[in-house]
Amino acid sequence: MDSTSNLFERFGGINLLPVLLAIVAFALIGSPSTWVTLTVAGLAMGMMIFLMASGLSLVFGLMDVLNFGHSAFVSFGAFIAASVLAALAAWVGADSIFLNLLAIFLAICAAALFGLVAGWAFERVIIKPVYRDHLRQILITMGALIVAEQLILAIWGGSPISVPRPNFLTGSLIIGDVSIELYRLFAFALGLAAYIALYMILNRTRVGLLVRAGVENREMVEALGFRIDRLFIGVFVLGSALAAIGGAMWAGYETLITAAIGSEMMIIVFIVIIIGGLGSIEGSLLGALMVGLMGNYVAFLAPKMALASNMILMMVILLWRPYGLRPAVK
Amino acid sequence: MTAPILELDGISTDIAQYHILHGVSLSVPEGGVHVLLGRNGAGKTTTLRTIMGLWKAREGAIRFRGDDIAHLHTSEISRKGIAFVPENMGIFGGLTVEENMRLATNDGSFDRERLGRIYTLFPALEKFWTKSAWSLSGGQKQMLAIARAIIERRDLILIDEPTKGLAPAIILNMVDAFREIARETTILLVEQNFLFAKSLGQTVAVIDDGRIAHTGNMADLVEDTVLQTKLLSLSLDAHQ
Repeated sequence: MDSTSNLFERFGGINLLPVLLAIVAFALIGSPSTWVTLTVAGLAMGMMIFLMASGLSLVFGLMDVLNFGHSAFVSFGAFIAASVLAALAAWVGADSIFLNLLAIFLAICAAALFGLVAGWAFERVIIKPVYRDHLRQILITMGALIVAEQLILAIWGGSPISVPRPNFLTGSLIIGDVSIELYRLFAFALGLAAYIALYMILNRTRVGLLVRAGVENREMVEALGFRIDRLFIGVFVLGSALAAIGGAMWAGYETLITAAIGSEMMIIVFIVIIIGGLGSIEGSLLGALMVGLMGNYVAFLAPKMALASNMILMMVILLWRPYGLRPAVK
Repeated sequence: MTAPILELDGISTDIAQYHILHGVSLSVPEGGVHVLLGRNGAGKTTTLRTIMGLWKAREGAIRFRGDDIAHLHTSEISRKGIAFVPENMGIFGGLTVEENMRLATNDGSFDRERLGRIYTLFPALEKFWTKSAWSLSGGQKQMLAIARAIIERRDLILIDEPTKGLAPAIILNMVDAFREIARETTILLVEQNFLFAKSLGQTVAVIDDGRIAHTGNMADLVEDTVLQTKLLSLSLDAHQ
């Protein structure tokens, strides 16, 4: 048993889980081209969920704050990006890749900017008065989510909004029998870039070191001379911006969005941070990839089980590792 | 007797609905090791945490070099030159030994000479420098917690029961290390282990039920076995 466990750890340990999941799915699906398409879709979906989940995981880890309003940033990010893309319709539909890229870059920047500003205001007005009080956190952030959804309905109306994809991301990459949507590759690349940037910040900078230490023991960080509450504002604002970027990318993925886009994603986001382990970026990535892959594989193999699959995945992982796959050390 | 570096004047601290400290007054002279003794639940840890601002005093004053620090934020108290080694050591297990130490530096860089002295005091830290702190043994974690408190020059170090759960051989090493550290700074040591405390302490205060029951020189307490029996069995007498 020990030798099996050592072998598992030597080859990457729990980091291998998404790979194992993909191998099992390959055996069940049978068709390589279908498997590649589903795998790329799952990875892209996972990366977008990672963007939405990573900030929430750090926020909970650092300050024990349960923010159910996090998905409001996802919703606003999606709608703001959709509005920017609609306003730049000429660039979105142009044959120039440069103009296409500029349009999507501006849409993502607008969503991120909203996340930064609204995240700061949200933390100051909604979160700060309820530090260390989980019940009030849940109530007030749920209330804020409802208000945010109503605001979206008031601004953008109740009808679903179509989200145009930039021209260069509308096609598919065909390799043999395999067809891969370009937007999915783009979403995967953007999520990967965000993960690498976050990893570098957390592991190569003093601020990152403080965040990692604060997630473990915020009292001790303060006893070493640092204001954890000020650090928390920064993390909260960054997490809100990432959620808004995730929402912007998800809007392009879905191509038709409603005011409920955020609250629909919230369940998946919570599953991801529970699976991954609270306060851990690596855990959020692992959880997001597994949820993305599982969702796509099961939707193909047993469509009726699609909704339940992630819940079952969470239950199995919690039975195996009650604190998630890679929780921050507490 | 040198001028006090730290004075507690009538400190009362509550935790939720419980009154833990009842007007604690204590004076810590500058330099050397000073010991706060007491049984479990007597209020030793609460006293240290109140000094650090981790729990706020309901009333009373805490003066550090004459300035009242009772209302300051913990981080501001730390930046005044007070280091804290909590009972649970406060090690960041997910960080490496180096990262734990780097966090305690003023600007993220090490004074090589100072680091060299720490390696001499605690050779295990050099050996495990790049390892995760959670992989250290209990004694090594305690060494790291103390090393972190002295990686920069501090005026006062508050240490909460450093010998708890440690093997006798490690405690002996700890005595030597504390003597070395006390050459340049003041240590306020909370202990239950009287043998360890008496080998280091210059002054001693005994706390019981949130009140200071005795203050004086450690040498006097060591000499006076009747007083020792009275003070150190205080808790048993009071609770039987």
